[in-house]
Amino acid sequence: MQFTFLNIGILTWLTFLPLVGMLCIFFLPQKKSQLAKWITLGCTTIQLLLATIIYIKFDRTLAGVNSIEGMQFKEIFPWISINSTEWFGKISIQYFLGIDGLSVPMILLTAIISFIAVLASWKIEKSVKGYFSLFLLLNTGMFGVFVALDFFLFFIFWELMLLPMYFLIGVWGGERREYAAVKFFLYTLFGSVLILLVMLALYFSVTVTDAITGEKMHTFNMLAMMNPQNFENNSLLFGLHTYWRYIAFIALFIGFAIKLPLFPFHTWLPDAHVEAPTAISVILAGILLKMGGYGLVRIALPIFPDAAIHYVYPIAFLGFINIVYGALCAMAQKDFKKLIAYSSVSHMGIVVLGIAALNTQGMVGAMLQMFNHGTITAMLFVIVGVLYDRTHTRQISEFGGLMNKMPKYSALVVIAFFASLGLPGLSGFISEAFSFLGAFQTHQWLTIASTSGIVLTAAYMLWTFQRVYLGTLPEKWNSLQDISKRELLMLVPLAIIIIFLGIYPTPMLELMNTSVNALVEMVKVK
Amino acid sequence: MFLVGIHFLNFRKNMDSRFRGNDLKKFCIRFMIEHILSSLHYIYPEITLLGTILTIIIADVFLSSHKKISFVIIAFIGIFLLATFLIQQQFSLNAIFDGMLTIDSFARFFKLLIIAAGAFTILFSLNSSELTTIHQRLGEYYAILFTAMLGMFLMVSATHLLTLYLAIELTSISFYILVGIIKERQSSSEASLKYILYGAFSSGVMLYGLSLFYGMFGSLEFSAIQIALIEGSTNPLLLLFATLCLLVGLGYKISIVPFHFWTPDVYEGAPITITAFLSVASKISGFALLMRIVMMFSEVKEIPLQQILIIISILTMTIGNLVALWQNNIKRFLAYSSIAHAGYLLLGCVTMGKEGLMAMMLYSGIYLFMNLGTFYVAMFVADIKQSEHLDAYKGLGKSFPFLSIAMVIFLISLTGLPPTAGFIGKLYLFSSLMNAKLVWLALIAVINSIISLYYYIRIIRNMFLRDEELPIITHNIFLFPQKILLLLLLLPTIIFGMYFSPLMELVRSSILK
Repeated sequence: MQFTFLNIGILTWLTFLPLVGMLCIFFLPQKKSQLAKWITLGCTTIQLLLATIIYIKFDRTLAGVNSIEGMQFKEIFPWISINSTEWFGKISIQYFLGIDGLSVPMILLTAIISFIAVLASWKIEKSVKGYFSLFLLLNTGMFGVFVALDFFLFFIFWELMLLPMYFLIGVWGGERREYAAVKFFLYTLFGSVLILLVMLALYFSVTVTDAITGEKMHTFNMLAMMNPQNFENNSLLFGLHTYWRYIAFIALFIGFAIKLPLFPFHTWLPDAHVEAPTAISVILAGILLKMGGYGLVRIALPIFPDAAIHYVYPIAFLGFINIVYGALCAMAQKDFKKLIAYSSVSHMGIVVLGIAALNTQGMVGAMLQMFNHGTITAMLFVIVGVLYDRTHTRQISEFGGLMNKMPKYSALVVIAFFASLGLPGLSGFISEAFSFLGAFQTHQWLTIASTSGIVLTAAYMLWTFQRVYLGTLPEKWNSLQDISKRELLMLVPLAIIIIFLGIYPTPMLELMNTSVNALVEMVKVK
Repeated sequence: MFLVGIHFLNFRKNMDSRFRGNDLKKFCIRFMIEHILSSLHYIYPEITLLGTILTIIIADVFLSSHKKISFVIIAFIGIFLLATFLIQQQFSLNAIFDGMLTIDSFARFFKLLIIAAGAFTILFSLNSSELTTIHQRLGEYYAILFTAMLGMFLMVSATHLLTLYLAIELTSISFYILVGIIKERQSSSEASLKYILYGAFSSGVMLYGLSLFYGMFGSLEFSAIQIALIEGSTNPLLLLFATLCLLVGLGYKISIVPFHFWTPDVYEGAPITITAFLSVASKISGFALLMRIVMMFSEVKEIPLQQILIIISILTMTIGNLVALWQNNIKRFLAYSSIAHAGYLLLGCVTMGKEGLMAMMLYSGIYLFMNLGTFYVAMFVADIKQSEHLDAYKGLGKSFPFLSIAMVIFLISLTGLPPTAGFIGKLYLFSSLMNAKLVWLALIAVINSIISLYYYIRIIRNMFLRDEELPIITHNIFLFPQKILLLLLLLPTIIFGMYFSPLMELVRSSILK
């Protein structure tokens, strides 16, 4: 499957369009800085269109994962090539983009959430040009991570997101923004250096034969790393179930777990979420967290299936802790935004549990949960943002009875809250059900224990709803306005997606099914 | 030139002892002169340097006005000629002056870096407001800058312990003067004095080590020592002691722990242009020399040189990074950052093989751009705010956006994050460790780069996240030509991060044989 425009592939357009937008903003005169918003909106709209094209043209029967033939819309060009040096071998780093069923849902999610995030940033007043150029840079990094199939390229995109995110939280954030921004930066950097080391170890362990010259060379190609035959004898990561492979898997796992975030590496998340401006919280929860999960299924599992099987129980256990611990923490929060942040921790635990099931149901559930959690949490953060814009407070205790004052808004809140607690008929239910179903086959007791998380989620969600939206309205909020058209434009599409996927999830399942099956087969064989 | 003199004496002594007859003596002298003359052919770059120094001194005496600009013109003509000679250099006969110096592509690589660093320093000096106080002595300043370059040129091609010593001394003495060139400023003189004391002590220790080498092997030539080392008939304890003495001298030059104590004081006291030059050129030429010595020991199993280097590099990285966390003066801050970078560069030496060598060379090349860039920005900020405190950076993002964005990129590159060149440098260094199966050392190194992020980000935070505290004192000094110069440093830092094959090819072709 190919789709090009001006001889440049669609994935390149998708990834680098924001950089073009960023350059435009750079040369914008200071007087017209408001135009930056429109440029950014234009970029994300085009990306949304491109993502739709991908969705329509995507061949659902091809698996991908570890076969280069199964990858779609692929673009392979030599990028850096240095002739033989004695130890490094011939260096060839490829510009290798391609997507399969694991990445398409993420690309759709990224396109949707980015679009919503631009709308959510519309009220930004402080250095508009800076904000939107960083936003676009971040956007490039996000798409890049989901389309890169060369580890080196993947890593560059992965790290590219750090700096814009630091500034977006640090400059435009709340009171404790500096602390939150540095904490986010240090935690994620710690994760990525571990990934870097594993990447190097893999590079030196894997050799492929150059198709043209017949020369043996090391490679950063992820697909080549997934084939055990490519590992050189006596190299660090050669063989199965070796000491070094376990260490490498753990390092990789921690790297992705920090992003996910998994207990005990989750403490950056509540700070970052609370301090970030609404749009950035939306992106953080909606997309950045998913990269952790995506990294696990795209890199950690296929490259180290043996180690994944070996550590499957601890991983599932961490997922269980995340679910229950996140829910308990959420219940104790007084700050509305922090509550949503901890609910993210809890819901991402379901993703981990689903992945640890290592069967089709669990894995599909996990992938779907990533998509659904992206849309639901984005909606929740926008909901908090709407409230904060009007009242400049997020303390749950200060609210009450908003339902009568803001009926349209509250209707949407109901959808988001119930989707989050997993009400049947809304998208959250399907993915949670699949994940637990899959996990039950492999980890019975853990799954049973984990379902208590659902009860806890229902408890804190309903309790919050009651405290904020039901009861009597404090007098100071008598003049609150119901939501504007711009805010409706953010919330309604998300609500539609949530309801639609709750009733009819097949379009999304179709996208990932073949690939997930292939992945599960791959892992099981080991 | 005194090198030629010493060599002359050496040679005559040798010849005298071997031949007694008068005719033979005449023949020998003729032969010797021919050898020297043929060797001269290979040191055109050094001769050009000498010529530039002399021209500047003469110009200083005879010119009465437009001194500054004429010095710069002379300097750039010199640098241009130098670069031309270097690029055209042939390597047919590489051991010249009877093995005192070696002309090879390895030396050429570092000489190119030294020239680049020198050229940037001269351009920095044009914009420096610190140097306006010494406009009387600008001639000395430029002449001695070139003397230091000559010293470093000899340093990177030294393959004889005596040349090594003389080259290090020539470089150091030049720097003693340069560091204290603003003699009106007390801190500058203090820095110079401290530098001299440390320098004198460590070179004394090194000289003692050299004498031990001579005692053990009866020769000072690297090649002869290498052969003797492989035969391995020496006393390991004595060899270890002598090597450690040698390391003291070199370690002080490249400021590795525990020989780093002079660094922050000297960096703080010296004019910032000199600090920049010192932190880049002097450091990487020291590393080139260290690398030659390490390669000489590469097959020696009797002394635990590798373990020593590993320990030193861990100490250097960690102490440099940890102490930098507490610094509030930008020069001291960058001093500790440069100590930490010496630790990273040392990682290239610990594998004692070609892989590390290549990584180290690549990192040196990248380090040149990013570190000079950082100093260039630091110089402007010090001029704009008349303060070297880190608080001077507060709110700079608003008043000087281009300068601040450039600084962010340099600092990110020093941390080693993609897509900047610093990442590629670190990538190669860590790869060489992975390849040598020193995974734990690579882990320590990456943890160090996380620590370094924490202090580099303090400056970024001050620039963009904080509001202006100190008033802007000097306006209009960061204009178009200054921006172009900054771009010249900024572009390689970004481009080599995304497309590093040209630099890597250069390194690969100049690797030590």
